[in-house]
This record gives sequence, structure tokens and C-alpha cells, in this order.
Amino acid sequence: MTADLMLIWPELILTIGGLITLMLGTFLGDRQVGIYQLSALLTLAAATAAVVALFGVQTSVFSGTLSVDNFGGFAKLLIYAASFVSILIAPRFFTSGMRAEYPALILFATLGMGIMASSRDLMTLYVGLELNSLAAYVLASFMRNDDRSSEAGLKYFILGALASGMLLYGISLLYGFSGTTDFTGIAKAMGGELNIGLIFGIVFVLAGLGFKISAVPFHMWTPDVYEGAPTPVTTFFASAPKVAAMAMMTRVVIEAMGPAVGAWQQIIIFLALASIILGAVGAIGQKNIKRLLAYSSINNVGFMLVGLAAGTQQGVEAVLTYLLVYVVTTLGAFLVVLQLRDAEGNQIESIPALAGLSQRRPGIAAAMTVFLFSLAGIPPLFGFWPKYLVFEAAVNANLVPLAVAGIVASVIGAFYYISIIKTMYFDDKSDTEIPAGGGVIAEDAVITASALWLSVIGYLFIPVLAVISASAAAVLF
Amino acid sequence: MISVGHYLAVSAVLFTLGVLGIFINRKNIIVILMAIELILLAVNINLVAFSAALGDLVGQVFSMFVLTVAAGEAAIGLAIIVIYFRGRGTIAVDDANRMKG
Repeated sequence: MTADLMLIWPELILTIGGLITLMLGTFLGDRQVGIYQLSALLTLAAATAAVVALFGVQTSVFSGTLSVDNFGGFAKLLIYAASFVSILIAPRFFTSGMRAEYPALILFATLGMGIMASSRDLMTLYVGLELNSLAAYVLASFMRNDDRSSEAGLKYFILGALASGMLLYGISLLYGFSGTTDFTGIAKAMGGELNIGLIFGIVFVLAGLGFKISAVPFHMWTPDVYEGAPTPVTTFFASAPKVAAMAMMTRVVIEAMGPAVGAWQQIIIFLALASIILGAVGAIGQKNIKRLLAYSSINNVGFMLVGLAAGTQQGVEAVLTYLLVYVVTTLGAFLVVLQLRDAEGNQIESIPALAGLSQRRPGIAAAMTVFLFSLAGIPPLFGFWPKYLVFEAAVNANLVPLAVAGIVASVIGAFYYISIIKTMYFDDKSDTEIPAGGGVIAEDAVITASALWLSVIGYLFIPVLAVISASAAAVLF
Repeated sequence: MISVGHYLAVSAVLFTLGVLGIFINRKNIIVILMAIELILLAVNINLVAFSAALGDLVGQVFSMFVLTVAAGEAAIGLAIIVIYFRGRGTIAVDDANRMKG
């Protein structure tokens, strides 16, 4: 038992750090924003160090309910980095003073996501998922006096609870028809003849997980929640939970349902195609930049699912690489959105107001161009590389039609990315002033670093990325 | 003799009612909260029935977790409804349309 505790240091650190941040908030009141931020950032840094220290360990703890391995480690590093940035950018947004609950809730959500990514038992999976979701519902409605924020929280809560219910129903069927909640045991039961109960279980579990990664047809909450939630929270939603849910889905599909490829592959292929197409078509005509990025995230989830549909180690490696590049791009794009403020300091979210941005804020416009082209997967930028890997994995797994359909749909997707760039560069200046300045050095640094990494520098990291993602993916096979 | 099948049928009916309650109901958000509880209880019936049939305790432990999380979920849901009501003055489902597209 004590030996097990030594292996979950990242989780322990996050728990303790979150509680300390909450206590500090109780005793110091709402004025000491810097202290809460610092304590949360230090906690995340310490947890990251713990994950790095545990890299290479491969075992499972607490009677096999939680696994400590490179796959979980890789996902946790991405999750922690995204949470770090989400806390870093918050104080400037919450002008009336960031309450201590914000960093504390992010820490608890991060803890839940770490558990999601490394659970190998349906029970830990559920608890981790709910730990993340419950914190996320509160975060979405964090701006209590803003109508849109509370509506976002409400919609997220209702659809999230429905998703958990469907997932749980599937879990109960999997448990009943395989006799265990352990992934290895379930895989053993799936090895034989699939009965109707197990098939229903697979369908419900995948539907529940589909909600969490916002795959079509379970995506309807995404645009509303992304638009309504405060921008730092949207930044968080678009990055960290995507990684956690995608890692969890990969683990469930490969480890628990591995032998029943025939049953889940069709579902994943359907989710992938539907997400790619609807993500591309739905974004056309959107006037709100956060809503548009929501459709873009649906579209990108579709591409990740293409890699997962392959069901091979190569496919999982591609998914992991995709997640890394996606997180960097999304964080960059939302940080740019966060920088767009008019003369009174109000956030600008409407796309027509961005007309002529290249003359007002050339740096920001250039960075946004890099992020959008990268999300579209246009070759010189690094966003192209994971898309290439994903399609390569699909082709190698004899899913050529899926790959072809995906590539065609990604051309449709490129249309709306390019139309924003056209608005920024070639349209007449809008009436909305977007004055420079007021930026925090940390924000500019993150934007610059991610834009540079996504331009050509990223390609230098391909060998390293290949080694890391291979070592992470190998765990599942 | 009541078999697992009977329990599964009851729970499937409850689950369906819960899902329908969320989608068909156009009046009141509190009713949605009740529908969510119904779904979770349907799952609990499943888990306990399977647990008894298999002679395995895991299902019952799981249903304890579900109950606990359901309590937390209800608390958070009500809190969100309260701030929503404060801003809007209504909790009718059809009025939750500040964002569309």
C-alpha cells in the first residue's frame, strides 16, 4: 500500500496543492490573486516533475485499478501543461480579481483528468471522469453575473450528466456480462463470442465517451459552452479535457475492447467521419471566434479518431502526436483571442470586428494565421505532420476510404480558416479599435513560442516525438 | 421467480424514461435534474442486480460510488440553476437560448 502511494505522487501533489490553494483563499480573501496563482502553478510544476520522475515505470497500483505507465505519463504532461497555461492567463481576464476557487478548481479537474488518463478499471475511470466534470461545470459558469456564462454552465451540466449516465449504463452492462470491471478481465470476456449485452455495453460506453471528446453526433454542447464560458475556461476546455478524454477513450478501446475490434471499429469510423464533416461544415458562417474554434476542435477530434480507428500501435502513436500538436495550437489560438480587447478593455469575439487586424496588431495577426493554418493542416506548418501520421496509420490499417473521405473533408475545413485570415489581412479596417499593450509578458511568450514551434521548428522535434509517442503507445499493446 | 432479466427490464425502462425526460421536457429545468437522477438510479439497479447474480461485491461498491457522485452532481446542478435563475428570472428550458448557431 505504501509502495503504491509512492507511485501516485503526481495525484497526491495535485490533491494537496488544490486543498492548500483553497485554504489560502479562505484565509486571505479575494485580494491576493498572485498568491493563489503562484501556489497553483507551483503545484502543477511539482506534479509535472513527479510525472517526469516516474517516466519509464510500468506497473499498476491499488489492485490493478490505476496504471502507472508512459501512456498515462505522456497524457498527464500535456494535461498539466494546458492547465498551467489556463491558470497563467486568468488574472488579466478576471479584472475584478481572480477568486481562489478558479485555480483550485482547475487543479481538481486536472487531478481528475490524470486519473482518467491512467485508469485501467471502470470504477476509477468513472470517479476520475466525474472529478473532472464536476469541477468543469462550475468553471463554465464561473462568471456568475454573466448570462451567457451561467447558460453555458447549465447546458454543460445537463448534457454532461446525460453523457455520464449513458457511460454508466454501458459500464453496468459491461460489468454484468463480463463479470468484472477490470480492463484485462473485460478484454478476456470480449475475446469469446460477443453477446448482445456486451455489444450494448460497448455502444453506450462509446456514446458516453463521445460526449466527452465532443465527437459528432454528441457535439451539440460544444459551441454553446465554448462561447459562453469565460475565455480562460474555454482555453482550458479546448485543451486539457480533450487530451484526457481522448487518452481514456484510447485506453478503453485498445485495452478493454481490444479483442472486439469488429464491434467498435465501425462506431469509431462513423464518429470520425461525422466529426470531420460536421466540424468543417458547421464552422462556415459562424460569426463568433470562440464558436468557430469550437467547431474547429470538433473537426480535429474527428482526425484523432481516424488514427484511433486504425486500432494499431502506429495509429495510437499518431493520436498522441496529434494531441500534442493540437494542444499547442489551441492554446496559442485562444491566447490570441484573449489578447483581442477594444479600447474599453472588453473582449472582442466577433469575427467581422477582426477586419484589418493585420494593420492594427501585425504580430497578433501573424500568430493567428500560423495557428489557423496549422489547425487546417496546411503543409509548411507543423499541424500538417500529425494529420499525415493519422492518415498513414489509417491507410496501413486498410481503411483507405476513411482516409480519402477525411482528406476531402479537410479541404472543406480549410475554407473557413482561410476566410478568417482573409478578414484579418485584406478586409477594410473595422470600426473596432484593438489597441496594443496591456499584455502580460507570459502571454506574449507563450504565443510566440507556440507560433514558432508550429512554423518550421517543430519538424526538428519529429525524431524525439516519434520515440516518446512510440514508448507511450507500446504500453497498450 | 424473479431473474436478472426482470431487473434489467425495469432498469432499461427507467433509463429510457430518464433520457426521454431530458429531451421531451420543455418546461422546467428541475425536471431535467430529476430525469438525471432517474438515469443514475436505473444504472444502480443494474449494478446491484448483476452483483447479486454474479455473487461479486464489486457491483455494489460501484453503486455506492454512483450514489455519492450523484449527490455531488445534484448539489452542483442546483447551484448552477440558482445563479441561472438569478440572472434570468426563469428556469424554463425554452428560455435557455442566449446562444444559438
